Amino acid sequence: MKLIFERSRPGVRCGLLPPCDVPKALPAAPLRSCPPRLPEVAEIDISRHYTALAKEAHGVNDGFYPLGSCTMKYNPRINEEMAALPGFTGLHPLQPVETIQGALEVLCMAERLLCEITGMDAMSFQPAAGAQGEFAGLLLIKAYHASRQDTVRKKILVPDAAHGTNPASAAMAGYDVVSIPSNERGCVDLDALRAAAGPDTAGLMLTNPNTVGLFDENILEITNIIHDAGGLCYYDGANLNAVMGIVRPGDMGFDVVHLNLHKTFSTPHGCGGPGAGPVGCRQFLAPFLPGEQAVEQGGGFTLEQSTASIGRVKLFYGNFLVVVRALSYLLSLGREGIPEAAQNAVLNANYLMTLLQDRFDIAFSKGVMHEFVITLEHEKKRTGVTAMDIAKAMLDYGIHPPTMYFPLIVHEALMVEPTETEGRAALDEAARILHEILDRAQSDPAALHSAPQTTCVGRPDEVGAARTPRLRYSFPAAQ
Amino acid sequence: MNTPKELKYAKSHEWVRFLDDSTALIGVTDYAQDALGDLVFINLPEVGDMVVSGEVFTDVESVKAVSDVYCPVTGQVAEVNEELLDNPALINEDPYGAWLIKVTGITDTEELLDADAYEKRCAEEEG
Repeated sequence: MKLIFERSRPGVRCGLLPPCDVPKALPAAPLRSCPPRLPEVAEIDISRHYTALAKEAHGVNDGFYPLGSCTMKYNPRINEEMAALPGFTGLHPLQPVETIQGALEVLCMAERLLCEITGMDAMSFQPAAGAQGEFAGLLLIKAYHASRQDTVRKKILVPDAAHGTNPASAAMAGYDVVSIPSNERGCVDLDALRAAAGPDTAGLMLTNPNTVGLFDENILEITNIIHDAGGLCYYDGANLNAVMGIVRPGDMGFDVVHLNLHKTFSTPHGCGGPGAGPVGCRQFLAPFLPGEQAVEQGGGFTLEQSTASIGRVKLFYGNFLVVVRALSYLLSLGREGIPEAAQNAVLNANYLMTLLQDRFDIAFSKGVMHEFVITLEHEKKRTGVTAMDIAKAMLDYGIHPPTMYFPLIVHEALMVEPTETEGRAALDEAARILHEILDRAQSDPAALHSAPQTTCVGRPDEVGAARTPRLRYSFPAAQ
Repeated sequence: MNTPKELKYAKSHEWVRFLDDSTALIGVTDYAQDALGDLVFINLPEVGDMVVSGEVFTDVESVKAVSDVYCPVTGQVAEVNEELLDNPALINEDPYGAWLIKVTGITDTEELLDADAYEKRCAEEEG
């Protein structure tokens, strides 16, 4: 398809602005010497451009999207209606607090409900995404140790099944990362954890259920080991969808959590944002929370920043309209609906796994929660067909591939998370398609190496893109 | 799988070419580059850095994942192969020519395997 620059025609404009009826008052200094090279297009060109782009994309509204650990659940339309209310969209972040009482009430209400779900005492909506939530959470842990003049704690323990962002966030926060191996059951190796925990342990970062879809059976023991060593426990909320409303990270012994509202609470994922990765904590860490907090005061609402705060991690109040969507979801589902959604997410994953496990190898199939991991290691040895080939073939059937080659502890991995919003028929159809792809892998492996055949892009040159990325549009020389 | 007889190997898939008793070149094995896939990025330590046997000294990135590389010897980095920074694909093309670092003043090594023992170990890992 054409790039928007290729649709450009000299002199074409979008808007019809009235002539300027006030004197131009801009000083010359900040003005550019030549106009920016923007595409010159009419509104209809823009509409057609983005419609064409949308047709070549695949979203949850197009079909099954079982991207493991991403929780690509359906985003209910009512969330969009609430976020589009003019009272929210027309706000300016510097308005006086007495004019934004409703918005502050949204923040307070969302904080209260999400604290209830996580077992935390306070939450900041500043972080714009999960990784930023992790980073802010680690800064809370760091601020806590610093406030006690406990300066020897340099290490964050991270299980080897963790999301890649965990060690990255810990390193960003200035910590050394110690990787803790998983045991043969796919959970944290307690002996290795005990051996690693000590007076230099600042904390532990853990995802539970973990990235092979298992709820760690020793979770209380794990958080005790860290607390006994004087460290704090950080809960990565990436997989909260499996347990929301049923069991709380606070009750598992965690001190800090981050949530991905764009995963668990049905706000759109996407294309770089906006997301929301609020960071929650227990009371003793609340003074360190980033930025200003909305608080209820004397029958109204106001904004406050504690003097011990780690400071802002993002401008103003985070991605506020994402919080509106999450609150809309929370209130729509309510106290009964939230745990029911978690139960259905677990049921769907187990149902699909059961339909597949007679022919696909499942890594750690016992006690799977909301997602499971297929390993195609044997298939690769038998037929040369890899996880990548199977994933690419799924595109031809209108299914977004699962997460590939993750977690790293499973080879030729496909990580499948159906989420609660798929019905039984969709799961049956996905299983039928996967069996059909496996038949083809065994009868005609070469055909799978050249999948997909029906998509607008076949196999992009990933290696070329990584080694010699082209990040700028090259304007034709004539212009 | 190519496993030159004159080299020594670590279980974590690095090779060691001793130039004399206390100097060696370190790289990653053919088995490792094949498992990693096409490499797109590599970090290298600085000349003068101390490296410790059994500890991570750098990492490599393929389209699949970022992986740590462990140092099979203890000593000081005397040279790094800067050519790899611009062209990490050399490791895929010629894993035993594309050394990563040269270590001098070697005081300790990990338990190193000869080519036969290393091949046997790789076969076991394959299951």
